[in-house]
Amino acid sequence: MDLSSINPLLLLASLMVAATPILLAATGELVVERAGVLNLGVEGMMISGSVLGFVAAISTGSPWLGFLVAALGGAGMALVFGILTQFFLSNQVATGLALTLFGLGLASLLGQGYLGVKAPPFPDWHIPLLSDIPVLGPIVFQHDPIVYLGLAIVAGVWWFLSKTRAGLVLRAVGENHEAAHGLGYHVVRTRLLAIMFGGACAGLGGAYLSIVRVPTYADGLTAGAGWIALAIVVFASWKPGRLLLGAYLFGGVTVLQLNLQAAGVAIPVEYLSMSPYIATILVLVIMSASGAPGSLGKTFHAAR
Amino acid sequence: MNDPLLRLSGLTKAYPGVVANRDVSFDIGKGEVHALLGENGAGKSTLVKTIYGLVKPDEGSMTLEGKPFAPHDPRAARAAGIAMVFQHFSLFDALTVAENVALGMENPPPMGELAARIKDVSETYGLPLNPSRIVGDLSAGERQRVEIIRCLLQDPKVLIMDEPTSVLTPQEVEILFETLRKLQAEGTSILYISHKLEEIRALCDCATILRLGEVVGTCDPRETSAREMAELMVGGTLHVPERETKVEGEVLMQIKGLSAPSPAEFGTSLKDISLEVRAGDVIGIGGVAGNGQDELLAALSGEIRVGQGQITFQGKDIGHLPPDARRTLGICAAPEERMGHAAAPDMSLTENGALTARKRKNLTKNGFINWRAARGFAEEVIETFDVRTPGPNNAARSLSGGNLQKFVIGREILQDPQVLIVNQPTWGVDASAAAAIRQALLDLAAKGAAVIVISQDLDELMEVSDSFAALNEGRLSAPRPARGLTVEEIGLMLGGAHDMEVAHVAS
Repeated sequence: MDLSSINPLLLLASLMVAATPILLAATGELVVERAGVLNLGVEGMMISGSVLGFVAAISTGSPWLGFLVAALGGAGMALVFGILTQFFLSNQVATGLALTLFGLGLASLLGQGYLGVKAPPFPDWHIPLLSDIPVLGPIVFQHDPIVYLGLAIVAGVWWFLSKTRAGLVLRAVGENHEAAHGLGYHVVRTRLLAIMFGGACAGLGGAYLSIVRVPTYADGLTAGAGWIALAIVVFASWKPGRLLLGAYLFGGVTVLQLNLQAAGVAIPVEYLSMSPYIATILVLVIMSASGAPGSLGKTFHAAR
Repeated sequence: MNDPLLRLSGLTKAYPGVVANRDVSFDIGKGEVHALLGENGAGKSTLVKTIYGLVKPDEGSMTLEGKPFAPHDPRAARAAGIAMVFQHFSLFDALTVAENVALGMENPPPMGELAARIKDVSETYGLPLNPSRIVGDLSAGERQRVEIIRCLLQDPKVLIMDEPTSVLTPQEVEILFETLRKLQAEGTSILYISHKLEEIRALCDCATILRLGEVVGTCDPRETSAREMAELMVGGTLHVPERETKVEGEVLMQIKGLSAPSPAEFGTSLKDISLEVRAGDVIGIGGVAGNGQDELLAALSGEIRVGQGQITFQGKDIGHLPPDARRTLGICAAPEERMGHAAAPDMSLTENGALTARKRKNLTKNGFINWRAARGFAEEVIETFDVRTPGPNNAARSLSGGNLQKFVIGREILQDPQVLIVNQPTWGVDASAAAAIRQALLDLAAKGAAVIVISQDLDELMEVSDSFAALNEGRLSAPRPARGLTVEEIGLMLGGAHDMEVAHVAS
């Protein structure tokens, strides 16, 4: 065992990378749930995004196009969920679970010819001036653009929900869809848009795994990240700020346990591997407050 | 009268199996307070939803200030100057007052400015409100203020109020009327929906009466007696429940220092409630909605377990017993929400009957349900309480509100309870069914059972109760004999006017 082989700077720097896929997926799901829809298909949309993005990035050689395709693919799968639950009034829980199963199958089908292929390189940004700051520079300002995109999306979602009229309408729809309908707001339209945004975010999160983090495609690549994203949304009390904290906590423990494994700590690997999940849920449960959107998971039908 | 502000001509709207409005026509003049009267199911709600753009009429048209008016959604109606205060509040619990108001406006100003205007308008009209409070924490009266302010901020030409006083204390009603009269003086027309006839006589200039979707009459409510209007509404004579003289019975149930937190997120906790329940007694518990009614019913029925010694029945501590065990002892309850609480909507009446009467009516044997007996029990309830349904195999969901209410109350009464607790027994029930339910409650008490009636309808409580107590913020006042109580005294027991004040806008 050699704990000195762990470099705290590198550890903190890789924390942001490790947290990004979950951060993206969870932010998307947060918007969906604030609109009153429970989409349990995050895992399926993530893994579909990871394979679609990977294939697109390999065939075009452009990681950026890969991300774009992943976002569109995620949104497309979410749209299927949206049409089923919003127009055909299917049960959201069952439909979401089906979406996850469908996504896992689709991903291993599409990914067959791409196993073991390496993704095209996706260079980090070295933000001028800021990245030269000692200590802080390498930790915060020397990452790939998607890390910053994820942060921008969280900030954007916070701003949208708390400051804009459209965000207020979205929260109103999630809080009491009958009343929102009574005031003349379009419940189904609002929800469809939120669902598609959630799908796009999940797709991006999945693609980040296959294009940047791993960077290759393998079956079961997401390994439950979609479920953790769902849990983080709940334990973060549907608030973007806490969500960021939860995702970084998960990312932090993930890298730490990987480093500990590499350093040969005398704890069985299985315990180390489960530690990020346990730590995240534990901390968020302790600090969680209630505040679920009032209409979450309920079917809306504009009767009379 | 000169040109009407809003004219409805020949409005017809049919739903599958029922005509909600048939050829409805009337005019509302500028600055007129127009009452729309009718029983539940008479088509009042459909009509106002048509005016508010939520329902499109099959036939007929409307004009507003002489121009054709056909709003395709509520936002179009609001833009044209129609505002509506809903019966079941269209508010969002988790949002602030200002956010709720903003959602009801077409072009709200920035939040800071809006908050200032809310403060301003609310004080002018004597309805003080703090714009930054979360709506879920407000009392029913305050929530209604939010709805009214939301309407007033848009300078409406027509203000529609759907049963606005059902959640207010008498003092609050008086202040609301002052506000409405000010608005009228400023030239706003008001379409006022209610079935409380005395209020309409005090407030309105003109009344249109609907029955089964059709206009059956118009009258000047200031010159028509409440009884005449009621008979127009019902289309027949009204039967007023009667009761026999009562005997003072032994104490059946004793509630002492009952305190319990509310299981609901925005609920009211019960605080130190004491009450003695005697055989043959009808105890009326009044109060504005949201002051602990649901929680009190839950604590008495066993849905909430309470601490030792807080509820005793015939000298035995029962605070820890679940509903089933209490039913076995003879304590039955019928909660307010029919669909999903008192009855399982998708199950048949037979199954719903067996769900609560299993023990007291011996409907099970060795853990198996005796379906023949269960069906017999459901048929007995249907027969005795005149429940209109094709038969006991129909789902609870298929019954109208009044009929389902008769079923769930009848189901408990026929189990011969020693103590029956009901919450809002006639809410949303038409006048003749309501009279039948009240009579059944009185008959039960005459047979020696104790009945606790929790209700927000003061007229109902005065009609059936021997003693009256009021729930206010989870506390119960000391019970007083119901006979001889004045409306003024009841209002003070209910918590008076809270912090409202009379409108002081210059007119």
